[in-house]
Amino acid sequence: MAVDPIIQPIVRAVSLNKKVRTGDTQLIILQDINLVINAGETVAILGASGSGKSTLLGLLAGLDTPSSGTVYLDGVNIFSLNEDERAAIRGRILGFIFQSFQLLPALTAIENVMLPLELLGSSNARTTALDLLGRVGLGMRLKHYPKQLSGGEQQRVAIARAFVTQPKLFLADEPTGNLDSVTGAHIINLMFELNRERGATLLLVTHDEAISSRCTQRVRLAGGEIIN
Amino acid sequence: MNLPRISFRMLVCDWRAGELNLLLFALVIAVGGIATVGFFVDRVQLTLSRQGNQLLGADLIIVSDHQISQHYTDEALRLGLVVSNALKFPSMVAKGENSLLTEIKAVATDYPLRGELRISDNISNVSSPRADYIPNAIPSSGSVWVDDKLANRLTLKQGDTIEVGATKLTVTALITQEPDHSIGFISLAPRLLINAVDLPATNLIKQGSRVTYRLLIAGDAGLVKSFKSWAQARLVLGERIEDIRDARPEIKTVLERAEKFLSLAAMASVVLATVAIALAVRQFILRHLDTCAVMRCLGTSQKKILKLYLYYFIMFGIAASSIGCVLGLISQEVLTYWLSTIAEVEIPPPSLLPAIHGLLFGMAILLGFALPPLLNLKSVPALRVLHRDIGSQNTGSLAGYATGLVTLLVLFLWQAGDAQLGISVMSTFILAVVVFGFFGFLMIKILSSLLGQTRGVWHYGLASILRRTAINVVQIIAIGLGIMALLTLTLIQNNFLQDWRAGLPSDTPNYFLVNIQTDQLRPLENFFEQNEILSPTVFPMVRGRLISINNKIVLSENYFDTRAKRLIEREFNLSWAEEIRSDNKIIAGHWWENGGIGEAVVSIEEGVAKTIGIHLGDVLTYEIAGQILSVTVTSLRKVNWDSFRVNFFVVTPPSILKQYPATYITSLYLQKEQLTVINKLVKNFPNFLVIDVEAIIAQVQKIMEQVTKAIEFVFLFTLLSGLAVLYAAIVTTHDERVYEAAIFRVLGANRRQLVRVWVIEFAILGGLAGLLAAIGASSLNYIVGKYALNMPYTFNPWVFLAGLLFGGIGVVVVGLIGTRGALTRPPLQTLRKIA
Ligand SMILES: Nc1ncnc2c1ncn2[C@@H]1O[C@H](COP(=O)(O)OP(=O)(O)O)[C@@H](O)[C@H]1O
Ligand SMILES: [Mg+2]
Repeated sequence: MAVDPIIQPIVRAVSLNKKVRTGDTQLIILQDINLVINAGETVAILGASGSGKSTLLGLLAGLDTPSSGTVYLDGVNIFSLNEDERAAIRGRILGFIFQSFQLLPALTAIENVMLPLELLGSSNARTTALDLLGRVGLGMRLKHYPKQLSGGEQQRVAIARAFVTQPKLFLADEPTGNLDSVTGAHIINLMFELNRERGATLLLVTHDEAISSRCTQRVRLAGGEIIN
Repeated sequence: MNLPRISFRMLVCDWRAGELNLLLFALVIAVGGIATVGFFVDRVQLTLSRQGNQLLGADLIIVSDHQISQHYTDEALRLGLVVSNALKFPSMVAKGENSLLTEIKAVATDYPLRGELRISDNISNVSSPRADYIPNAIPSSGSVWVDDKLANRLTLKQGDTIEVGATKLTVTALITQEPDHSIGFISLAPRLLINAVDLPATNLIKQGSRVTYRLLIAGDAGLVKSFKSWAQARLVLGERIEDIRDARPEIKTVLERAEKFLSLAAMASVVLATVAIALAVRQFILRHLDTCAVMRCLGTSQKKILKLYLYYFIMFGIAASSIGCVLGLISQEVLTYWLSTIAEVEIPPPSLLPAIHGLLFGMAILLGFALPPLLNLKSVPALRVLHRDIGSQNTGSLAGYATGLVTLLVLFLWQAGDAQLGISVMSTFILAVVVFGFFGFLMIKILSSLLGQTRGVWHYGLASILRRTAINVVQIIAIGLGIMALLTLTLIQNNFLQDWRAGLPSDTPNYFLVNIQTDQLRPLENFFEQNEILSPTVFPMVRGRLISINNKIVLSENYFDTRAKRLIEREFNLSWAEEIRSDNKIIAGHWWENGGIGEAVVSIEEGVAKTIGIHLGDVLTYEIAGQILSVTVTSLRKVNWDSFRVNFFVVTPPSILKQYPATYITSLYLQKEQLTVINKLVKNFPNFLVIDVEAIIAQVQKIMEQVTKAIEFVFLFTLLSGLAVLYAAIVTTHDERVYEAAIFRVLGANRRQLVRVWVIEFAILGGLAGLLAAIGASSLNYIVGKYALNMPYTFNPWVFLAGLLFGGIGVVVVGLIGTRGALTRPPLQTLRKIA
């Protein structure tokens, strides 16, 4: 595949493989994945349950390690780095949204949103976080703990947390999977809006053809392979 | 449906998946620890008292003023014990013109049953050290062994014939060491050992003779104990039972303190083990809530779920406890080997009993803490499948801990073997649970008010403590109890090891000189000067009989206690002094001022006062040399009998006793090279009684050394179980912490940031627990010191620093080791596993 030398792709996966060993059988989860995503794109990853979508997204974010192959994030080979250095890159350029929200239960909504900024050592974490929580419509729920929020509200906190560091790249793994369709639609709209406002890149795992049709690129997975 | 089979399959699955690791670890350590400590305490006690019994010549003696009834012997033999009869009486022994009042001891085969009798064939030559050996039998019929006093005074040599009552016997050896030679001041007379078969020929045992009959008994410690309680109930007037504790007060205190300490250590290990198991069970229950919910969804009845887990825990308990038992038996082997290198007596082999004890303990504690939450578990609502938060609230229910505590209490008293000590220690621990819980909660709440002002890592550290308030309070209690147990043992250990580690001072008196007359004081001083020996302090001694307390006649028949009877029957040694001795301490009343001139007052040793029933303010009337003397008790004294210095039960101001005929007593320390001085002394002052306590001092010293080593070793073991508790307490929140770490990682946190959050969290928890533990340990130390060990309490401010540091640093280190895996594992793997 020819790569435009001027536009550096934000994500590039090179012959990515993931195998796991359970007992004496080896399970191939991902096989020879090659993928290029340029800045500003919106990409939908589609596939049946168990096809390897979450695994792929996790590898692209450096949350897991591949059996072979590698991923370049913003030009950096992230698997030549150690876990700490990968975390630093994530903190800088990446926002991640999970199907099951994954908020820290010990922290309030605002503290959850401030956390990535504080980890970066930002001084005006609170005002930025306040802004963003207002933007996702939770200006009145700042001091509430995740337990006190509904699923949709928790996912909005998670979105605010993912966007708060102004990342270049968003990864969302079935962000509406645990929500009803109306709430889900709101969440998706919110994500697309925020993404457009910041001119960032969005990578989204979904089953929903309607959502995928709003994306500029679609990647279909089946049995751990891309079948476009 | 075959429930046990399903339970077994579940167990195998969980076991393989490592789900049971913590519980397994806690149970194995607990059972192994109890089996080992229990065994060890047992062995050490046995070894020590055997060592002590060498000084008694037997494990137990029945002493009587009349012929000892045959049924004691019969019962002892029936139990498989060995017995030997001996009797003692004073009589004149003569060689030619010279005769001397001598204490004669007639012994039978097998004497002594414990310890060593040593003799020498060299009787007359006293200047050079004698070569002595252990004879292989008692003196044969017709021959006698003499002690050096008798040999000296009657100038005996081997083959001499002496008259004992109506018969003549041949002197064949000199006794150099006699195991049961008391160092009391009663039997200072020369001694003669004869074979009991020669006794009738002497014709000395008649109605009214002052004969003491002794039945020596020895054998397996358990059997001796049961014999003792059997015999105790059958003692008649004039009979008493003596064991090493009655016979040797110096050893009594050492042994009793050591035993109390060892049983405290055993109790501490029980508490620690229980805490570890309770925590591990909690984690297990939390992890199995989901399984239960799913089973409920699939239509399993509550009763079936309960049964499933009951089988599960029984099978698991047996498996884990068995591993613990094996561990216990192995460490018993190691300990036995180790113990055999320090003790000279034969050590009984490792036994299965403590292991079974440990097994029962493990099962009881496991079920005690697991069953009540299981009753909760069975009622987990099926709805939990959809909402995970449902049904996880009651797992730490009070009922669960209460049942566990009751189980613990029962086992505890069993382990303690001493109800009073057990109950007081246990109540302190229960109180500690409540107090730690309350203050832990309070301190967390106080911290929460600070939360708003903190930033960064401090904020996250604090926030996670606050969010888990409930479980953190449990952690503080657990860690606090662990540290408290360790600090208490450290404090107590320090307290008495301080004295013992140094052993007795090297100038501890090894000779006593008794029967010094007033007009010999100056010549004696000169004698010491000539021989370049520092003249020791002499103490006056006046003999008197206590006839009444507050004008009520004192009769030995009115006392049940045998020691009281003996004290009443014989004459007291009264002494006088202006100043109180530095090794005496007033514990009630006050010492006289200005030498107490003209004051008719008296100071009594507290032990004697307690035995006879003398109180402050009582008027005691003595008969001294035919005269009557009444004095008022104005102080009670505590005397350090371990010091081997001359001490008196009864002391008055000088002006009270000076007019009565007195003799003097002194003690002195002589080095090996100076021993010839003793012979000169005996020649110059033939009326002196010289008592050699060298052998006894050596024994006591050795026992102290062994006790010290044993205590240090047992302490080490308790320390290990303390670390296990720390680990278990931290692992309780391990899953949550690892989960949070993964999210921090997703958001870009680096290793340093994560470690700092944890360090703050662990340090706060550990510090709080350590501080509370220090308070608890100080109180427990006070209680145990006062009520169990009879030791003065000294407040030790370092405990607080030690608690704080040990808690803070210990928890941080153990915590970081426990969570370090979360630092390197890719976050997605963690999230997949947990979510
Ligand atoms: N650590 C693992 N061990 C074993 N199997 C795994 C592991 N991670 C993923 N899998 C398996 O790999 C496949 C793909 O998983 P996943 O990426 O979660 O699929 P998707 O998100 O598309 O539903 C599934 O069959 C899953 O069970
Ligand atoms: Mg998935």
